Amino acid sequence: MLPLNVMTLPLNVSIERIVEESPLVRTFFFSHSFENMEPGQFVMVWIRGVDEVPMGLSRKNSITVQKVGEATSKLFELKEGDSFGLRGPFGKGFSLPAAGEKVLVIAGGVGAAPLSPYAEAAGDAGADVQTVLGARSAGDLLFEDRFSAVGALDVSTDDGSKGTKGFVTDVLRKLDVSAFDRIAVCGPEIMMVSVFRLLQEKDVLEKAEFSLHRYFKCGIGVCGACCIDPSGLRVCKDGPVFSGVQLLGSELGKYARDASGRRVKI
Amino acid sequence: MYTLTGLELKNPTLLAAGVLGTTGASLCRVAREGGAGAVVTKSIGPVPKTGHPNPSMVRLDCGFLNAMGLPNPSYPAFLQELELAKKDAGVPVIASIFGGNPGEFAEVAEGLLPEKPDAFELNVSCPHAEGYGAAVGSNPCLVEAVTAAVKDVVDVPVWVKLTPNVSDITAIGNAAEAGGADAVVAINTVKGMAIDIESGYPVLGNRSGGLSGKAVKPVAVKCVYDLYTALEIPVIGVGGVSSWEDAVEMMMAGAAAVQVGSAVYDRMDVFSEIGAGIEAFLQRKGYSDVKKIIGLAHEMV
Ligand SMILES: Cc1cc2nc3c(=O)[nH]c(=O)nc-3n(C[C@H](O)[C@H](O)[C@H](O)COP(=O)(O)OP(=O)(O)OC[C@H]3O[C@@H](n4cnc5c(N)ncnc54)[C@H](O)[C@@H]3O)c2cc1C
Ligand SMILES: Cc1cc2nc3c(=O)[nH]c(=O)nc-3n(C[C@H](O)[C@H](O)[C@H](O)COP(=O)(O)O)c2cc1C
Ligand code: FES
Repeated sequence: MLPLNVMTLPLNVSIERIVEESPLVRTFFFSHSFENMEPGQFVMVWIRGVDEVPMGLSRKNSITVQKVGEATSKLFELKEGDSFGLRGPFGKGFSLPAAGEKVLVIAGGVGAAPLSPYAEAAGDAGADVQTVLGARSAGDLLFEDRFSAVGALDVSTDDGSKGTKGFVTDVLRKLDVSAFDRIAVCGPEIMMVSVFRLLQEKDVLEKAEFSLHRYFKCGIGVCGACCIDPSGLRVCKDGPVFSGVQLLGSELGKYARDASGRRVKI
Repeated sequence: MYTLTGLELKNPTLLAAGVLGTTGASLCRVAREGGAGAVVTKSIGPVPKTGHPNPSMVRLDCGFLNAMGLPNPSYPAFLQELELAKKDAGVPVIASIFGGNPGEFAEVAEGLLPEKPDAFELNVSCPHAEGYGAAVGSNPCLVEAVTAAVKDVVDVPVWVKLTPNVSDITAIGNAAEAGGADAVVAINTVKGMAIDIESGYPVLGNRSGGLSGKAVKPVAVKCVYDLYTALEIPVIGVGGVSSWEDAVEMMMAGAAAVQVGSAVYDRMDVFSEIGAGIEAFLQRKGYSDVKKIIGLAHEMV
């Protein structure tokens, strides 16, 4: 049984182990395991006195964080034994395959964080998992070991230091994407848009799911800060994982709203 | 059809301000999928505001605490959202606005007029935005001046949303009525706070905020009850309504219609469900008209 306050006030967790994945990415293992989490769900991470920000679960008991600004920098100052608050898990995750299905996982950058437990869960379910993993450079590739442990792995790097030189789409173009039953995508929005277009061209959008990133305030589907156009769907509650079909004609790749609600070009 | 300050509503449940009201598309979704009789926008002000740092909202056993801090893109940037809501919501769209003084309120109202909101709701009641909201709404002279200033520049109904965080809410209600308000809306959130005992930190980024949801319903019912007695203009009831029973109770206290905020947490279609529940109740009890139950509790002595 989870403590009653897991879904309400932030749960206090302590950091049990910190793994440096790359110079700007660290995994924080914490003292609680979300046994029923769906891969793709997120938690709201409260760095006390600073901010509370959404992070995908990279395992039942870890988040994997890229240092980009104030909250993530403060998190990087924390040591093993220090604590932070967690609310969640929230939102809708990636849909799991049945045994024997063919699954393609497409991860860019820190987008590998929520996709690594998905690839593992898909493997456990008896699916045939193949992953395309992209990053700027060889040293930035996340969780190569976890993805390759469950199936075939193709890698791309922007600078060509490992795998195909270029983007995940350069690898995808060489694959027969219509052979897969499910396609799960997460990464920077620019990358997801190019994947979206490619999958649309190949007419397989209805098999694809994308995990979106918008500014979250409440994280529980009430305030309306994270709604996308033109559906009005809430990324924090109706998502963050959406089917390709739900995103047809959407704001994806065009604009997002900032903390004030103003539209900002992607 | 229900009529509320001249607006035609298909049912007497409205979306409350600041909940799912940041974008035009979201307002349309609450109207169409949710079945709301009308929708109220996020409170819009004169300049862009990012709001308070997170955590800005948490769920409690008895309701919700929030301190959003009036995040809004300012009225020029909100026009495109209002345009979309007006075009596609299919129900009246009420613009909630705020400012620090009568001039700012009038500026924001005039600024939004080009997209023809069906009414304005003046937020003089947010408990956690310095210089705005309740800072205005606990001063009867300012409330009257703000209401009159907006009435001066618009020709649609003006509602004034009241804070319960005052010693006598009817004094503020009277001031709004004297300023020319067409209705009052009660209540905004009740001041509240939560502390994380593991660390001693207040949970909300703003340290304290406002309580909504189940816990505030009895507070709202009493405020509506008192305002119904004190005022000639309609009272719109809000605070902790999540079922048709809650809505009927609020109406018996004197509410001409109800707004629903926090309860969208459970389900989006809470509006159509409440609307249908009220209809069924009226039929079962043999009331010919919803007017028969508005303020009913006042007669039962
Ligand atoms: C569903 C979801 C899952 C995510 N999962 C991960 C993950 O597994 N690993 C990871 O490294 N990052 C993840 N992110 C992104 C992460 O939330 C931001 O990088 C983080 O909030 C940055 O905070 P900051 O204070 O360090 O940066 P800031 O300096 O505050 O801002 C940098 C950028 O971070 C984003 N950001 C800031 N605050 C928020 C907020 N409250 N909500 C959403 N975005 C915000 C904004 O786009 C901003 O432009 C996820 C985001 C979402 C929405
Ligand atoms: C997340 C959130 C944001 C809110 N923002 C506003 C706002 O911008 N303007 C306003 O007048 N009231 C705002 N309120 C108050 C609600 O409109 C409503 O008065 C209050 O929540 C009580 O109703 P409820 O119990 O149905 O939520 C907000 C409430 C919540 C929960
Ligand atoms: S962040 Fe509040 S509704 Fe999604």
